[in-house]
Amino acid sequence: MSPEEIKSTVRTHILAEFLPGEDPAALTDSTPLVSTGILDSIAVLGLVTYLESKFGITLEAHETDAQHLNTLTDIARLVQSKLSAA
Amino acid sequence: MSYLLHQLLDRSAEAFPTHIAVEESASGSMTYAQLAQLSDRVRDRLIHLGVKPGDRVGIMAHKSADTLASLFGIMKAGAAYVPVDPTAPAERNAYIFQNCSVRAVVVEQDYLPRLQAEFAATGFQPHLIAIAGTGAGRPLREALDGLDGVDRAAPTASVRVDSSDLAYILYTSGSTGRPKGVMLSHANAAAFIDWCSSVFAPEHSDRFSSHAPFHFDLSILDIYVSIKHGATLVLVEEGLGKDPVRLAPWISQKRISVWYSVPSILGLMAQFGKLDQHDYSALRLILFAGEVFPIKHLRQLKSLVPGPRYFNLYGPTETNVCTWHEVPRTIPENQAEPVPIGRTCSSCHALVVDADGREVARGREGELCISGGTVMQGYWNLPEQTKNAFLTGRDGRWYRTGDIVVERPDGGFQYLGRRDRMVKKRGFRIELGEIEAALYRHPQVKEAAVVALPSEDGVRIKAFVSTSGGERISIIALKTFCSEHVPLYMVPDVFEQREALPKTSTDKIDYQSLMRA
Repeated sequence: MSPEEIKSTVRTHILAEFLPGEDPAALTDSTPLVSTGILDSIAVLGLVTYLESKFGITLEAHETDAQHLNTLTDIARLVQSKLSAA
Repeated sequence: MSYLLHQLLDRSAEAFPTHIAVEESASGSMTYAQLAQLSDRVRDRLIHLGVKPGDRVGIMAHKSADTLASLFGIMKAGAAYVPVDPTAPAERNAYIFQNCSVRAVVVEQDYLPRLQAEFAATGFQPHLIAIAGTGAGRPLREALDGLDGVDRAAPTASVRVDSSDLAYILYTSGSTGRPKGVMLSHANAAAFIDWCSSVFAPEHSDRFSSHAPFHFDLSILDIYVSIKHGATLVLVEEGLGKDPVRLAPWISQKRISVWYSVPSILGLMAQFGKLDQHDYSALRLILFAGEVFPIKHLRQLKSLVPGPRYFNLYGPTETNVCTWHEVPRTIPENQAEPVPIGRTCSSCHALVVDADGREVARGREGELCISGGTVMQGYWNLPEQTKNAFLTGRDGRWYRTGDIVVERPDGGFQYLGRRDRMVKKRGFRIELGEIEAALYRHPQVKEAAVVALPSEDGVRIKAFVSTSGGERISIIALKTFCSEHVPLYMVPDVFEQREALPKTSTDKIDYQSLMRA
């Protein structure tokens, strides 16, 4: 799966789950998600569960901090690295 | 005879000099002797800088042995410490420091430029002690060495202030849009600490968790009860503290014996922590406070970790813990209501009053009011709000908690709700008015109204806004704007934009209809 496909899948999920009513164009690849409160700590837990089941990957506890999940680009990079390591 | 909080450290340093006083999750630890000595050096530097008894000194750094030594050093210099969340907006922190006119701030290097920029804008110039980071006291020691190299601070003695003098000021959300400072004296804290000693029988061998940040009043139990009894305080750094998946094994590995936190993280650990896979044989007490613990999650937690005794502690920052309830061994499956907040601590007295301040008949609901040794001195520089916080026309100082309760037949209290617009979200106290005030600072926002809606795990904060020209503002832009003006836990979960907000017949925003929307 390409980074673009991963981003598009996750973007759709985040818009539907956490930003209902938002203009999809407002959520760019580099929009900070955690440091702006778009995703709070509980939302991050939900996102991790989603990524694991959607992409069939397992994320280690140290990979689920704000640094790895702050933007769509970060998320795609993390998912991609897990997919290619599998 | 009451004591000063820093005397607890010096006494334990004499009794147990080589015992570990504080342990960090990653960086290391400090013994009692080392912690006491480092706090002495902070005191000496502050006195050298001109800090006088009765002054305030700010702390803006991550929770660490360095911050712990700093707050003891500040009190040893005779001053009150003012801890803030370093990750909160710099504007808000600068407001707090300026509001109580701190003489100095101990600040982590990373946050220094933005804080300096905020101070420069207003001409406020406290002394700044910059530390390069935090970790086992090393960055603080290096910063003090550096300052001594240029201009040596001579060793002095700790200042003997009165126990009625301020030990710390904790800022909480304010309904008018600005945080307000709750002033607590050494004697206020001591009354609470001594009550903890009598009820929880802490021991030298205990290992206390420090989950709450130091700007949060749950930290008072962690820090001072642990230090008083010569126990070990094990710091949970912020990222770990929010992560139930990592925290659950950590509590087991660190052999924590006394855990104290808000219920939300305990509920998350019950759901996500795989608690049945870890050994919690060291854990003897689980204490929680700050919000209602959803009974479903408490029951789940108790069945997964049945060993410890569980206590629900209740009390706003203004009174610290004032009622307590030990959760029974089993919670009936059909019990839907949360556990009671319980009976009054021996450190205070309780009174339930109606809207006119008259005592209600036993068993009738009313507002809980508290008097006694733990009750705050007032709000910093807010005489009117301080006056309104206490009952009038009655002997003694009775703090009005704003919480509506009913006394149960067994003598304990059940919490029913609030009489105002304050809500608790994951233990954080939020004045909805402060979020509205932040939204009104957005140049396009014409009207803003914020409500709290019940959800399965507590509350969800929903904001309604309208704009002057009717143009749409993206939700991301609104969330980002909020995150620059209020702490992240106050950023609304949901936004709804309307052409105009509904009004009552007196032209006020109709919150009732928004709650139903």
